[in-house]
Amino acid sequence: MAVGKDIIKAIHEEIRSNLRIMHVCGTHEAAIAKHGIRSVLPKELKIVMGPGCPVCITPAGEIDCAMDLAAEGKIITTYGDLLRVPGSKGSLESADGDIRIVQGIHKAVEIAKNTDKEVVFISVGFETTVPTVAATILQNPPENFSILSCHRVVPPAMQWLLDQGEADLNGFILPGHVCAVMGYDEYEQFPVPQVVAGFEAEDLLLGLYMLIKQINNGEATVENAYPRAVTREGNTKAKALMYDVFTPCDIEWRGFPVIPGSGLELKREFEKYDALKRFNKTIPHIEKRSACICDQLLRGLAEPTDCPLFGTACTPRSPVGPCMVSHEGACKIWHQYHR
Amino acid sequence: MCIAVPAEVIEIRDGNIGLVDFGDLQHEVRLDLVDVKVGEFVLVHVGFAIQRLSREEGLETREIFRQVYEAMGA
Ligand code: SF4
Repeated sequence: MAVGKDIIKAIHEEIRSNLRIMHVCGTHEAAIAKHGIRSVLPKELKIVMGPGCPVCITPAGEIDCAMDLAAEGKIITTYGDLLRVPGSKGSLESADGDIRIVQGIHKAVEIAKNTDKEVVFISVGFETTVPTVAATILQNPPENFSILSCHRVVPPAMQWLLDQGEADLNGFILPGHVCAVMGYDEYEQFPVPQVVAGFEAEDLLLGLYMLIKQINNGEATVENAYPRAVTREGNTKAKALMYDVFTPCDIEWRGFPVIPGSGLELKREFEKYDALKRFNKTIPHIEKRSACICDQLLRGLAEPTDCPLFGTACTPRSPVGPCMVSHEGACKIWHQYHR
Repeated sequence: MCIAVPAEVIEIRDGNIGLVDFGDLQHEVRLDLVDVKVGEFVLVHVGFAIQRLSREEGLETREIFRQVYEAMGA
């Protein structure tokens, strides 16, 4: 990592005060931990994690709803990461019913084509994932197929964090793969220093360096340290498909209240694919009961090791909270690398 | 689940399906979201190509760093 060393040196030269920088991407947390990036940074620079893991921010009520659908005899299809995420009555892994892991929504549609049973795809994911769902819905899947839309978009959550001010942030590292699809013009509305970064050690270090420089210069713009995948406009084709099929809605995130405009629901013309409408369901609000501090982690207020259950009552084998389940969950990542 | 991995497009088949090469394995992916040609690189996520990549790969980080660093007169 020859260039990496130069960038690390430059970061140490440039840092002048205590800075708190948030990333909002589970893959960033995984890359930071894997490359040991926190250990080479000056102590003044603190990288905190935000609501960047789409599995972790899926609230218990949505898991409960998926479990109810399974209990009613529908075939439930979803990504492997979601299986062990706890609802209020257990997880999909422990649920009765026909629950199948798929690589993506197109595989769930194949299942529906080969059965008369109802097939529901539990559709989680940020803007990186949403266009894959939109493209599939536009191909008219069979009548017995529907989705439970658990999709969320990043900018309203950033707005919420900035309005709250509780995490005391100096800047954001923006999620490279969300921005690969969406571009970053949307983020220019936020009066805070931001840099889009990639996922190699050098990409991340470069992103941090550019962000520190921007902060020191008293600027607040969006810079791009990942231009091989990200342009200002993003993938315009994917974006157009996404808004052909979905419309924004208000939705709760795990650890957050309802964030206005942060969810996505199917537009009226695609209502027949909306599992909530098709099966007349609503998502219940579930109060948190355990000592799990995932809610604080997802808001940048705590680290996994602040949790009394971390590595003791809560491990990847028997996760208490969602952050110990997903490969992009902070607790699972720290459990793997910080021991 | 939100991981996305770069791959090279080596064949384009009917119905928006492409065969891509991840380096150690090849896989079919959906190409509905991108306009690509054989030989171009894409970012693959949950079985779909979600964006086309520019080819300069690793070199680019170095180049941006050099520019940013020089601009501050260091
Ligand atoms: S260690 Fe377990 S219980 Fe504690 S915050 Fe993480 S997921 Fe929740």
